[in-house]
Amino acid sequence: MNDRFYIQNYCEIRNGEILLNGERVFSAGNESFTDFAKMAYRHLAIAYPKFFKMDKLSKLAFLASSQLLSEESNTALVFANRSSSLDTDVIYQCSIGDKEAWYPSPAVFVYTLPNICLGEISIKYKLYSENSFFVFENFPAAFFPAYAGLLIRTRKADDVLCGWVEILEEDYRAFVYRVGKEGLIEHNEQNLNRLI
Amino acid sequence: MDQLKLEIKEKIIAALNLEDVTAADINDDDALFGDGLGLDSIDALELIVMLDKDYGIKLSDPKEGRNIFRSVNTMAAYIAEHRTK
Repeated sequence: MNDRFYIQNYCEIRNGEILLNGERVFSAGNESFTDFAKMAYRHLAIAYPKFFKMDKLSKLAFLASSQLLSEESNTALVFANRSSSLDTDVIYQCSIGDKEAWYPSPAVFVYTLPNICLGEISIKYKLYSENSFFVFENFPAAFFPAYAGLLIRTRKADDVLCGWVEILEEDYRAFVYRVGKEGLIEHNEQNLNRLI
Repeated sequence: MDQLKLEIKEKIIAALNLEDVTAADINDDDALFGDGLGLDSIDALELIVMLDKDYGIKLSDPKEGRNIFRSVNTMAAYIAEHRTK
């Protein structure tokens, strides 16, 4: 059985820019993440109003994935980050921190888990595939090839969307890529460390 | 009452992040859930919090929301009768 899999395309989001396979597809300048995400949504003509209800982590993961996914594919999602859902956890904590004004927001609470972003992507793209979200200290360049390879070899998925989606306040970075049986860049630790 | 209805529309838009909707887009009798404005169950919970926070109305039975949140008209009528702030 073929043990080699390949990065087919990749999307990066950082510093107000979206790059697809290294080519800039959108640039917003020095905006807050929320404004940047709104501008990117309109520029990319995504037309999915639920986007505006998502938390920042889901918006980041959603924008990057939108460049790489097609509907109803057997594509597994394997994402990771360092700060889990801390950005939203802090917002939620603020809403319940004052005993005199205790108004916990249900719409914020539902995003206090990092894997919710995978649900948002799966709903939009009608994916019924495997999905997992991991928390690592740093980009897991050895883990992604091992895990994605396992999913494809065991036929849990035809291909895999791997993603590092990190956001905390205004510090954000996404590196999301699609792995399959064919492509030009072999999916291994060395190549990931070069691309990230 | 018209002022209250406009206020409710603006609060709904802000609380539920209805980015592409303006108060003028929502008719007083439009269904808020289902085929109307397309709100979901999490939105319903958010509206319950809004009643408490902005109008001092605590819904003891969430099932009451089904009738109260049918439209802006029904919300305005309930708020006008039960508000404590």
